[in-house]
Amino acid sequence: MSAENPYAITTKNLDLWYGEFQALEKVSLNIKDGIITGLIGPSGCGKTTFLRCLNRVNERYGNVRTEGTINLLGKNIYDPDVSLIELRKSVGMVFQRPNPLPISVYDNIVFGLRVHSPRSELKRSILDDAVEQSLREVMLWDDLKDNLKEKATDLQLEQQQKLCIARLLPLKPEIILMDEPCSALDVGATTAVEELMLTLAGKYTIVIVTHNMAQARRISHECIFMLLGEIVEHDRTEKIFLNPTNQKTSDYIEGRYG
Amino acid sequence: MLHRSKGKALREALIEWLIRICGISAVIFVFAIFFFVFWEGKGLIFNNKVNINTASIEAITKVEGIDESLASKIVSTRSEIKLEKRLTTEWLLKEDLLDEDTFVLIEPFIKAKEFSFWKFLTTQEWYPASESNPRYGVFALIAGTFSVTLLSMLISVPFGLGSALFISEFCSPKLKETLKIIIELLAAIPSVVWGFIGLTIMNQLIMSIFGAQIGINVLNGAIILALMSVPIIVSIGEDALQAVPDSYREAAIGLGVTRWQMVYKVLIPAAKNGLLAAVLLGIGRAIGETMAVLMATGHAVNNPFDGDFPFLHALESVKTLTATIAAELGETARGSDHYQVLFIVGILLFSITFLVNLTADLVVKGIKNK
Ligand SMILES: Nc1ncnc2c1ncn2[C@@H]1O[C@H](COP(=O)(O)OP(=O)(O)OP(=O)(O)O)[C@@H](O)[C@H]1O
Ligand SMILES: [Mg+2]
Repeated sequence: MSAENPYAITTKNLDLWYGEFQALEKVSLNIKDGIITGLIGPSGCGKTTFLRCLNRVNERYGNVRTEGTINLLGKNIYDPDVSLIELRKSVGMVFQRPNPLPISVYDNIVFGLRVHSPRSELKRSILDDAVEQSLREVMLWDDLKDNLKEKATDLQLEQQQKLCIARLLPLKPEIILMDEPCSALDVGATTAVEELMLTLAGKYTIVIVTHNMAQARRISHECIFMLLGEIVEHDRTEKIFLNPTNQKTSDYIEGRYG
Repeated sequence: MLHRSKGKALREALIEWLIRICGISAVIFVFAIFFFVFWEGKGLIFNNKVNINTASIEAITKVEGIDESLASKIVSTRSEIKLEKRLTTEWLLKEDLLDEDTFVLIEPFIKAKEFSFWKFLTTQEWYPASESNPRYGVFALIAGTFSVTLLSMLISVPFGLGSALFISEFCSPKLKETLKIIIELLAAIPSVVWGFIGLTIMNQLIMSIFGAQIGINVLNGAIILALMSVPIIVSIGEDALQAVPDSYREAAIGLGVTRWQMVYKVLIPAAKNGLLAAVLLGIGRAIGETMAVLMATGHAVNNPFDGDFPFLHALESVKTLTATIAAELGETARGSDHYQVLFIVGILLFSITFLVNLTADLVVKGIKNK
């Protein structure tokens, strides 16, 4: 894909309303394929809202109305013939609080496969392989290979969050969305998850919302600064942090508000 | 300033005690009720009356008012009359062994046959009011209770859990509020009113739809009971589903589940304790319900189960344990055998509901520990 189209996600004039309240206004963005894009901005500016548009989980709430287009994997995801199930298979999501399901580690990882694959493809060996591969990819295999039957909700938070990333991988997503994935973790765990993200970049397109400026700077290749539902600036991370074009961006980065 | 007035301190102490008493009273009431029911029924199980049909002369003389000569007369007459005529103590009167006054006097101390708990449980003959040969077999009554409860659960569990799922997961917030209010209204209908509906509307309906001769039967009772337990199952089941953290739903949606997969892969496993509690409370309601089944089941001692397909004959009338107590207790003399048997039926009911609750507890605990 990257040969002819360097962008994994392209949005055009995306507007979103929660009832009467407009949370996104004319958001037009090109998010590059295979890199980590950070999404920063003060509380309530619509970062989560935007992220949740990309796999359309926003629509859980009855009062959401969207206009504009989001092109993703070569298709406008708001087209009527788009299957939400297939969309969410290709666009994985990691949440603010680790939310493994209250089943075993093993079952959490194969959950997606069990949901999406025909029964004939659910052979034990295939599932076992998927579990091992996913856990290796998130660097949990050595810790958990003997505890695959353990209840996932009993793990440490760091392991839980890594598991939440791992369970996306068997579905071979193109894009992984992360909404403040480290805000519930301590420093050590944050570092570990950040390292993991850096290893995953390149293979997946990652969009990460963060409140933590330093984190955005450490791990993202490009950064988007949002304010009151609008995109203020989108550029390479160094540029945003060292030499922002917009005054509002530099004020925010220097901590004048937020 | 550091001093508190005595009056205030006293008031607080009083309030504290009041609250404490309220708390303990529940425990006291449960024990008191259990004790009372057991006490009233105990006579039949543990009585030390003299069995006039088997006792020796010596034993019979121990009864106050019977002297040695009378006792030997009783024993000799006894061997001459057939056993069928000696099923109650009345034969003492009929054979002119005793006059009316002495009979009334000594009646509380003698009996004609043993009460066998095993027979009580396993025989189907319930003729408690028979003059010549009262029989107390509650098997048909147990079968009656069981059949109505079983059928009502077959109806109410899928409906109840289904509506709980619908209300909690599938419908719009506005519809949700409306449905919850309606369900609550359903729960507020008194059971006589349900019984009345069973007796009139359901009765007619069952007769015309199934061509049954009588419309008050197992099916009628079960439908009425189902309508009564659905509100419990729905409201408790809905609470259980609401208690499932939203983050589980988001996790599953993020992985691309369909609505139905969400229900059976995430919600039901996560809420199973609560859903089980909902079902068991529904069962408890059904077993314990009296008035409605009394009116809707036809009140005929009958075991609706047999070996022929479909095993449960829902168009037959039955009588349940609860209905039996309700209908018969008022007509018995206090302390009579029939009266005591009814209390034993009460103990039986008690034990059944206790068992249901205990299993519920154990199952729920077992699930928790897993
Ligand atoms: N379900 C909803 N219904 C109505 N309004 C909402 C809803 N979700 C978010 N909003 C509003 O939309 C705006 C954007 O919210 P959003 O959660 O996207 O902000 P955010 O940038 O993620 O904030 P934070 O940094 O605090 O997570 C906020 O003003 C919020 O109050
Ligand atoms: Mg947010």
